[in-house]
Amino acid sequence: MRVHVRLFAVMAQDAGTGRVDLDLSRGAGVASVREELQRRFPKLRWPRGTMWAVNQEYAASEQEPLKEGDEVAIIPPVSGG
Amino acid sequence: MAEPEKDSIRLVNEPLDAGAAVAAVSCAEAGGIDLFVGTTRAESDPQDGGRGALLRLDYEAYPEMALAQMEKLVQRARERWPIARAVVWHRTGAVAVGEASVVIAVSCPHRAEAFESCRFLIDELKKAIPIWKKEVYEGEARWQGESAGG
Repeated sequence: MRVHVRLFAVMAQDAGTGRVDLDLSRGAGVASVREELQRRFPKLRWPRGTMWAVNQEYAASEQEPLKEGDEVAIIPPVSGG
Repeated sequence: MAEPEKDSIRLVNEPLDAGAAVAAVSCAEAGGIDLFVGTTRAESDPQDGGRGALLRLDYEAYPEMALAQMEKLVQRARERWPIARAVVWHRTGAVAVGEASVVIAVSCPHRAEAFESCRFLIDELKKAIPIWKKEVYEGEARWQGESAGG
């Protein structure tokens, strides 16, 4: 299944892109997204406190299974305001 | 009762007008209007030699999620206070020192509700809305939280 990953701020800077599509095995969770991103982008730093959003909602658990077409965003600590 | 059409929730790529925010929340039900304007502070950390004075902040948002979460934040505030109208505006892109990066305005029947709900909105916005700032100094630029030289 294919999921659409969004990266922001320091993580987009490290990866050199803000968007990447990943092909994962069915039922994979966000933990698999992390592994695949770190494999593809060895320079990618993972700031402490980084969160996940699936389809624009904060995800409760890294085990949450993803579905075909999901938008998975990696949310490093926010600094708006 | 949530009445989203009475609110204005935006990401804005140009200077924010605090007067327009006050006008947007003004209404007959309001006995008090609270306005918060967050601005870019001129800052130079003497312990971090070499990077010079702060020139500006560059804000990046995850726009679809930021707007959806800002709407939810106003809904949460409405569950606690009788907000008549609310404005939540956040800048994106380059914000020069002294300019506003965020403007929040709320109108309520009474002042205590206006003060409390306005403070709640800015405090929660800073905690959970997916917006990030990059600090651009004379000598370097870095995302907030990014370790120096990292």
